Amino acid sequence: MTRLLEIEDLRVQFFTSEGIVRAVDGITYHVDAGETVAIVGESGSGKSVSALSILRLVPDPPGKIMGGKVKFNGEDLLQIDDIAIRRVRGRDIGMVFQEPMTSLNPVLSIGRQLTETLEQHLSSNKVEAHARAIELLGLVGISEPERRLKQYPHHLSGGMRQRVMIAMSLACNPKLIIADEPTTALDVTIQAQILELMKDLTRHMGVALIIITHNLGVVARYADRVNVMYAGRIVESGVAEDIYHRPRHPYTRGLLRSVPRLDQPRGERLEPIFGQPPDMTQLDDGCAFRPRCPFAVGRCEHERPDLEAVGPGHESACWQRDELDKGVAA
Amino acid sequence: MTMPETQTEMAEPLIQVRDLKMHFPVTDGILVQRTVAHVKAVDGISFDIMPGETLGLVGESGCGKSTTGRCILQLEKPTDGQILFHGDDLGSMGRADLVAMRRKIQVIFQDPFSSLNPRMKIGDIIGEPLAVHGIESNSADRNKRVAELLTVCGLSPKMADRYPHEMSGGQRQRVGIARALSMKPEFIICDEAVSALDVSIQAQVINLLEDLREEFDLTYLFIAHDLSVVRHLCHRVAVMYLGKIVELAPCDELFDNPTHPYTRALLDAVPVPDPTIEAGREHRLVKGEIPSPINPPSGCVFHPRCPIALDKCAGPVPELRELRPGHFVACPEVS
Ligand SMILES: Nc1ncnc2c1ncn2[C@@H]1O[C@H](COP(=O)(O)OP(=O)(O)O)[C@@H](O)[C@H]1O
Ligand SMILES: Nc1ncnc2c1ncn2[C@@H]1O[C@H](COP(=O)(O)OP(=O)(O)O)[C@@H](O)[C@H]1O
Ligand code: SF4
Ligand SMILES: [Mg+2]
Ligand SMILES: [Mg+2]
Repeated sequence: MTRLLEIEDLRVQFFTSEGIVRAVDGITYHVDAGETVAIVGESGSGKSVSALSILRLVPDPPGKIMGGKVKFNGEDLLQIDDIAIRRVRGRDIGMVFQEPMTSLNPVLSIGRQLTETLEQHLSSNKVEAHARAIELLGLVGISEPERRLKQYPHHLSGGMRQRVMIAMSLACNPKLIIADEPTTALDVTIQAQILELMKDLTRHMGVALIIITHNLGVVARYADRVNVMYAGRIVESGVAEDIYHRPRHPYTRGLLRSVPRLDQPRGERLEPIFGQPPDMTQLDDGCAFRPRCPFAVGRCEHERPDLEAVGPGHESACWQRDELDKGVAA
Repeated sequence: MTMPETQTEMAEPLIQVRDLKMHFPVTDGILVQRTVAHVKAVDGISFDIMPGETLGLVGESGCGKSTTGRCILQLEKPTDGQILFHGDDLGSMGRADLVAMRRKIQVIFQDPFSSLNPRMKIGDIIGEPLAVHGIESNSADRNKRVAELLTVCGLSPKMADRYPHEMSGGQRQRVGIARALSMKPEFIICDEAVSALDVSIQAQVINLLEDLREEFDLTYLFIAHDLSVVRHLCHRVAVMYLGKIVELAPCDELFDNPTHPYTRALLDAVPVPDPTIEAGREHRLVKGEIPSPINPPSGCVFHPRCPIALDKCAGPVPELRELRPGHFVACPEVS
């Protein structure tokens, strides 16, 4: 497999009145061509910021990319000039956000938004762009595409808007789509339609997908590999089977035991993770999960564990990673 | 209707909802408003809730769950139908009786922040209803009661001096629960009460709600769109679609033997957190989107999206029928 995206030691901070937020605190991961990688974690753990920094979309100020590399096809996107990064956005890398209403232009028709992208990135002429726009709407399952092209975003339901967003992200034949909570605002039957659509299209067209979500079910259904984030860091990384059946980080394990399951009879007691996520302005040198961790030992207080291999393609950032191997399948 | 699984020698239901309808007028015109149509938010639903029971009310957004809750809370005046509490019709009660009854019925909403006054300290937020209703008029007693309620909800009594913005989402939801409990209610409507919380915090609040129900003999109407949470918490579950109940059954029965085509589609759409199980699951997607409740489809409201619909499904409206003991379904084509 070819490495499509390689993120190395990416660090992003926000300079706020409450102090410095280490929103992304040294993350390293990769995405191979055509695969689906999930980033999962609770709100505030740095999922969105880590994704936005790939395309240098973090608002600056207050945010600042402090260091690291984002290599896309070998080229570091953090080093190229502004014109080049604009070409990458929307052409090589598509994005789909949680609330399509904020990323679609409310005063432009659906058709104009699609053809504009095509004319800008692929230098299509008007006739080609129109034909391609119709093809794209058909591809994402929108009936009567001719009529829809004339409509405006507010005419469409949430699910339809998300289909349009997907059409736009696919317009220029990208290699990678970053989808940030693409279905969180949608009802479950529409969520299933949209996720199946994204899966089918990305598989079909060989597009890689980074899917950001807090929904462990969505990850289990769609992801090849999973990165679990906590307090700005990736704490565990591996193929979905390892993450779910052989978790080697106390946070991953805690998440899996906290989540109610559709396939479990009523009344089974959940085992929550106690306490709350840390204040991101107050992180110290120890493991950020320590105050909530049932496995913590003295070392966890002043030394921060890095990701280390616990098996083939499986990494955990925990001093107790070997203890967790001893018969604690979730 | 029949008994829930956990109650055997039950007397009377705590709550009875009878043929409840809530149709909101849709108006048109700038100077003279005239009603041009109605949103049939709730369109003839009936259910009972037994003391100590948690009844789940599920369905996708706009199907009428919150409106049902608001009607029970007497925040809406139903177009038709009755709501009985301890056998008494809330709709025909005098004001004084209603105020007394309403204290016994409390609500916990999804977003605790929007339902908490940002300028009030937590202690006052919880203590206010105690003062207003003259339950604890002495401020020392009131503070003691507030401290108790905070402790019961897993918060430190010191939190009484904080403001809502100084708390996390999970802590604010605990404050919302403490405030609801201050009235010593018998019945609590939880409207998406854990929906906005992250998984690890959600589990804490779910366990808290379970503990409180047992400790204080509470009865819940648990409104939620997250079916996994509902399976975990509820004794019986009613599934709504476009203002109607399409299926109602004991919890495990509903999830193990979903019968209405809409329930089946809904359960199919929910992914479970296990990649091995997911790889082996067949996903039958329901087509299309939910129609407008202004002009709902004739006959069975689900028929335009239903995979097994026949011509006659657009005809008479199917009634709920008892398929197995306690398992009701509003579709004549399934068994
Ligand atoms: N514009 C901003 N200004 C200040 N802090 C921010 C901003 N955007 C994000 N953050 C902070 O960065 C951290 C990570 O945020 P985010 O990546 O959005 O989390 P997630 O997507 O995992 O919920 C959070 O602590 C958040 O408060
Ligand atoms: N006050 C109101 N006026 C007009 N329509 C309303 C009002 N309240 C709710 N509705 C409509 O009634 C339907 C049911 O809403 P609701 O009970 O909030 O659904 P749910 O809680 O299941 O998402 C929706 O179509 C909604 O837009
Ligand atoms: S390093 Fe220590 S505190 Fe952190 S997760 Fe592992 S055991 Fe827990
Ligand atoms: Mg986010
Ligand atoms: Mg609602």
